Amino acid sequence: MEEIDELLVNGKRVDGRRVDELRPLKIKAHVLNSADGSAYVEWGNNKVIAGVFGPTQCLPYHIASPLKAVIRTQYLMAPFSSPEEHGRSGPNRRSIEISKVMREALEHVVMVEKFPRAMIEVYVYVLQADGGTRCAATTAASVALADAGLPMRDMVAAVAVGKVGGEMVLDLNYIEDSKGSADMALAMTHRNKDILLMQMEGILTKEEVMKGVKMARNAIDKIHELQVKALKDVYGSEIEENLSYMLEM
Amino acid sequence: MDVLEEVARATVYDLISIKGKRIDGRGFDEYRKISVQTGVVASAEGSALVHLGNTQVLAAVKFDLAEPFPDRPDEGIMSTSAELLPLASPTFEPGPPDENAIELARVVDRGIRASEIFDLKKFYIEEGKVLGMFIDIYVLDYDGNLVDASGLAAMAALRDAKVPLYEDGTLIRDPDKMKPLELSGDVMYVTFARVGDTIIVDPNGEEELGANGRITFGILNGDHVVAVQKSGNTRFAIGEIDELIDRAMNHSKHLMESIKNRKIE
Repeated sequence: MEEIDELLVNGKRVDGRRVDELRPLKIKAHVLNSADGSAYVEWGNNKVIAGVFGPTQCLPYHIASPLKAVIRTQYLMAPFSSPEEHGRSGPNRRSIEISKVMREALEHVVMVEKFPRAMIEVYVYVLQADGGTRCAATTAASVALADAGLPMRDMVAAVAVGKVGGEMVLDLNYIEDSKGSADMALAMTHRNKDILLMQMEGILTKEEVMKGVKMARNAIDKIHELQVKALKDVYGSEIEENLSYMLEM
Repeated sequence: MDVLEEVARATVYDLISIKGKRIDGRGFDEYRKISVQTGVVASAEGSALVHLGNTQVLAAVKFDLAEPFPDRPDEGIMSTSAELLPLASPTFEPGPPDENAIELARVVDRGIRASEIFDLKKFYIEEGKVLGMFIDIYVLDYDGNLVDASGLAAMAALRDAKVPLYEDGTLIRDPDKMKPLELSGDVMYVTFARVGDTIIVDPNGEEELGANGRITFGILNGDHVVAVQKSGNTRFAIGEIDELIDRAMNHSKHLMESIKNRKIE
């Protein structure tokens, strides 16, 4: 239990944050030319870029659905993204699992039923990693999908919580992530705070899980605000109209 | 698109979310019949066969000499893999593990690893040499809820496992000399599926087809959460998570009983 002193001193964390404080977060939409939609996220020391193509023709054909567009996602960490060793390029078991749960979160908000037989591709690359990369990736993907002009029921924002120095804290950085005793990634819709992604590992009581979920819920609005700002910076007042249209549904 | 699959999906959805019934007549919060048999594979250091309704999963534990991870030089290693064998379902294909098999293995691994029920430091042998513990999950027959069946099989196989001795550079797998693997607790997995606004525990194969998605809780000793995984295209409200953890903790106690009451070969 010697970690306790290190990771949390008088309610302050290794980087000086309070237990419920997000790392600095910057989101920029429409950063790529070739992709139909894109976004760039700097979150603490994370740097994540997302690109979206679609709706396009579904390839391979056999995965197409006559009822909806198929979403394909690829989450990858660049081999140079870790502060430690040079990683291997290409997917591994971890990235395949993250690509799956991220896709399932996005499928819930994109109106895939409007594009039968089509495909929507979402590519998210972690250029620099600092803990919470799947949350940064999901947050970026949501902005990139909106930037691509795809109809969505809501935006998705994600953040991790965890147990560090015996307390539940918001938005773990790399040190907290690797040395803390529990880690829980959550993605939620903005309006209803429906949980679309939830992955947890560690040892927590039920009360601690619920405390973490509520911490994440409170942070979602802040992240969503920055997602909308990123889109407004590109599209100006156009976005206001679309948002009010969405809210009436 | 498989038309029959779509019909089955719609039928299950209507039955559960509109008529309020389950396909096999169970209550929404009721598991299927469970049986656990250990010691089923003599060549493995630990093994278990689990029946969860018509789902059948075999798990085996093997130990081998291994190199430690560079960042944890004083610890043994643990690795979990899962195979969705093509004989288990017409929808399973031969080939390397797909995303479903990878997710299954990683969720089972995550809860057992995070629970700290065994001490990987005890697997240290000498510098650069440790014991590796390999959990292999073989799905033999698929009728839904692979996570709970696989987690139970893995846990039962660990309860059955004996650790080989290290002598003169090799492992001695003599059943009379091996010591039981020390475990300080049990991790059980409890999965709920959402069908419309209804949440059911232990979905069978058809129910999984009709379900929007599911959530699994890994529960340690009936009172702590060690893993959570939401899977599939669905949502869960915050209040639902609160309620489901209570339900998962209750179910996990019954699942622990099934390990206690296991048949030993």
